[in-house]
Amino acid sequence: MEQALLKINHLHKTYGDQVILKDFNLEVNKGEVVVIIGPSGCGKSTLLRCINALEDIQGGEVLLDNEAVFKEKKNISKMRQKIGMVFQSYELFPHKTILENILLAPIKVQKRNRAEAEKEALELLTKVGLADRRDDYPRQLSGGQKQRVAIVRALCMHPEILLLDEITAALDPEMVREVLEVVLSLAKAGSTMLIVTHEMAFARAIADRILFLDDGEIVEESSQPKDFFKQPVTDRAKAFLKTFDYE
Amino acid sequence: MQSLGIDVLFKGTNFLRLLEGLWVAVRISLISVAISIALGLVMGMLMTSKNRILKMILRLYLEIVRIMPQMVLLFIVYFGTTRVFGWNLSAEYSAIIVFSFWGVAEMGDLVRGALISIPKIQYESAQALGMTPSMTYLYVILPQAIRRLIPLSINLITRMIKTTSLVMMIGIVEVLKVAQQIIEANRRSSPNAVFGVFAVVFLLYFLICWPISKLAGYLEKRWA
Repeated sequence: MEQALLKINHLHKTYGDQVILKDFNLEVNKGEVVVIIGPSGCGKSTLLRCINALEDIQGGEVLLDNEAVFKEKKNISKMRQKIGMVFQSYELFPHKTILENILLAPIKVQKRNRAEAEKEALELLTKVGLADRRDDYPRQLSGGQKQRVAIVRALCMHPEILLLDEITAALDPEMVREVLEVVLSLAKAGSTMLIVTHEMAFARAIADRILFLDDGEIVEESSQPKDFFKQPVTDRAKAFLKTFDYE
Repeated sequence: MQSLGIDVLFKGTNFLRLLEGLWVAVRISLISVAISIALGLVMGMLMTSKNRILKMILRLYLEIVRIMPQMVLLFIVYFGTTRVFGWNLSAEYSAIIVFSFWGVAEMGDLVRGALISIPKIQYESAQALGMTPSMTYLYVILPQAIRRLIPLSINLITRMIKTTSLVMMIGIVEVLKVAQQIIEANRRSSPNAVFGVFAVVFLLYFLICWPISKLAGYLEKRWA
């Protein structure tokens, strides 16, 4: 049997009295693209943030390669290097050029050779069509370009899994596509990804598996994204998908 | 037209004395500014700590500095503490102590403001790349905070330079005091020197502070 790359066991997350995730379980296999959808406040972004320990959790565990992500403070940097994360608001470092943004962590955290890391960074930038912007600052780029740089920055660390947290939610509609094309090509190349998104058409196209989350629980799960979007089983999923239709 | 009385500055070593007085003022400000920046950075970081007692003490310190006129502080340190504690403190050291006491508090507050103005998600973005907290500070947070800080702190520096004119009240012969002496000595021969000499003093302060505030404007634009 195939060993899951990412395992979430009995994850419990609360903010004060408010329960965000209750007894949450999930396994993601290597090369799998899992898309999480659901209404706002359902806990999907919090779930991603719990996976790389940006949020503390009240119970359960997150395992990557069977190793706990936040067993101890010393270990956390090593584990986070294996988990790439891209945020809705890009979060490039405004005082560094595009190239320096990408190289900072490989050089300082992974202690890689600058020339070698730079070569890889430029190859990746070329793939997303931004090699000529290497010396620009983030403020000179459009939202879609910044988000592509943020993806490259995460990829340059050679993560085993990528977490994409509503990466097109802050973008103008015409820029959504250029970013999602990049993600699609990553999926084709076999990257393991956990994606939170509101782009239903994109979810249908890219997902190996769809999770519909509501109130901190998986309400519906489907390995047949096309069927799920055509004919969801649960009422809650039906109601949710209906909100995207205009007739 | 009446003479402006600038001519007295060319008598004897008058102008040189004025420049020496200016150097005294600049020296006091330079040393105080250097101390303020170094300790202000530390103070600012401490002010963002979670320890409530520490925060309250630093807050109180800042309020004291803001409420007290600098002149009162100068009097307390130079006349007051020397008598009560019986130590021997030169006027210039007293001035440096008072200006640093003031500068550290104000600089600390500027540093605190700059640090908390960096969004939390910038910390998270750095951590998500595997950076440790110290790397995050060093490569991501501090460089951004210092960019926001420089225009504000230059403003503080020019204020400190201007305020050194108070130190003549504790007997330091700085540029303004020298100007007064020159005017007094020439009261009979050129009574208008009171205009000319002070005008030159104004010009000297301007020549020092103006480039500094131009620099602030330039950096503000460049790093906006």
